[in-house]
Amino acid sequence: MTDLVIIGGGPAGMSAAIAAYESGIRDILILERDVKLGGILQQCIHNGFGLHKFGEELTGPEYAWRYEEKVREYGILFKTGTMVLDITKDKIITATNEEDGIFTIQAKAIILAMGCRERSKGALNIAGSRPAGIFSAGTAQKFVNMKGYMPGKSVVILGSGDIGLIMARRMTLEGAEVKAVCELMPYSGGLARNIEQCLNDFNIPLKLSHTVVEIHGKERLEGVTIAQVDENRKPIDSTREFIACDTLLLSVGLIPENELTKAAEVELDRITNGAVVDQDRQTEKEGIFACGNVLHVHDLVDFVSEEAEIAGKSAASYIKSGTQNDMNAVIKTDGKIRYSVPQRITTKKDITVYFRVSDVFKNVKINVYKDGEQIYSKKKIKVAPGEMESIKLAGEKLDDAKELYLELEVL
Amino acid sequence: MERNLTCIVCPMGCSLKVELDGGEVKSVSGNTCPRGEVYARTECTNPMRTVTSTVRCSDGTVVAVKTDKPIPKDKVFDCMKAINNANPDLPIKIGCVIIDKIYGAKVIATQNAE
Repeated sequence: MTDLVIIGGGPAGMSAAIAAYESGIRDILILERDVKLGGILQQCIHNGFGLHKFGEELTGPEYAWRYEEKVREYGILFKTGTMVLDITKDKIITATNEEDGIFTIQAKAIILAMGCRERSKGALNIAGSRPAGIFSAGTAQKFVNMKGYMPGKSVVILGSGDIGLIMARRMTLEGAEVKAVCELMPYSGGLARNIEQCLNDFNIPLKLSHTVVEIHGKERLEGVTIAQVDENRKPIDSTREFIACDTLLLSVGLIPENELTKAAEVELDRITNGAVVDQDRQTEKEGIFACGNVLHVHDLVDFVSEEAEIAGKSAASYIKSGTQNDMNAVIKTDGKIRYSVPQRITTKKDITVYFRVSDVFKNVKINVYKDGEQIYSKKKIKVAPGEMESIKLAGEKLDDAKELYLELEVL
Repeated sequence: MERNLTCIVCPMGCSLKVELDGGEVKSVSGNTCPRGEVYARTECTNPMRTVTSTVRCSDGTVVAVKTDKPIPKDKVFDCMKAINNANPDLPIKIGCVIIDKIYGAKVIATQNAE
């Protein structure tokens, strides 16, 4: 029996482990699939991490190292190169690695911190052949930053999420020509500062409301046809344009990696593709917690660490004294607000509710109703799908709540 | 003259408006913190960027590096050349110096490699 097993040794897993340790739990094991701790941060060599947490600009590997140092200092056990194969709802974990073969662990509590993966080309249905030279942006990032290989010389990027923008700059710095970044939506999903420093700095055109409609080439990619899309996101034939390139990078979204969550029969949220959790990041299966990008995709790692601390502390308190729920409320959203995390409240205390909106809205009010009665309102100048929002609710206002309703009012 | 910028200091990405008279910055608005004003003033007079990249070590291992402070923006590609010519030996500790002088900055390792 192990007190706490954490699945994933990235920023969420390490931060959760440290928080649990600092809450008095000593019997902790982190299981990590990769050869070292740090998760995706190891390939995110650009800076901009840690401004919230550390008040300075760190690169991904530096941010990860801050946590790995603590994990090592505390002597928290971790197994790298270890793949978790199954988790049951009774918290029995089956995993495998070269040294131990296949083994099982019974845990008192589990924290799911597996992160997310990239949406692939297959999910996009682009017409044409299937030549070499098409990569997800994250795969290209791994090739360039960890293996030192350049995937190609002339590049088109589909999707303007942050990874796509970062890779546009990275490929340019290493000598490739990035011909265009196409974005299906009329706005970018990436941070404004990345558009500035990754595209504008190098005069890389950002083509909003554009998509790739055809892939050309047999052995190797020879080019793509792009087209503008109408308001229903359907390509407009008269705007078709051929761009010669040997590489297409796809930065078209991230999906929480929840196969193990499903195996443990944990209820998933249809919109976040992550577990349904309460304010402690506990799923509806007692003693199973989730945090980080496996729960919902974050914009900033600082917020991942913050969320993981909540999960770590809560798991520690669960291990010591079980669950003590004193209420049971669901949080619902109006559609303009697509989802919230947490989705449930089971303890009356001050909470922060995170959410994303469905579109760009200007001059809005975020209203919260408790069983029909308004308990919160906050004005915002602008909200956008690419930026996670949060509101703080005072515990005293949540008395006997059955349902909290989050509404986005456009003024 | 007026110039519109997006602040790159933090993820908020404030839209900045800079009033210029000739080459001189008269005023900055739109920033939510003092760092935004500093950024706007530098950006309009002598734009600077931190460079992050990788070096290939003598045994082939790839290690992440960065300039320890921003360098002039128009020197970024020259800096990349110097980084790509570096060929340090292992082991490398996070923070150790890879190139000790480049446009007023140092290139330091941001990853450990044994």
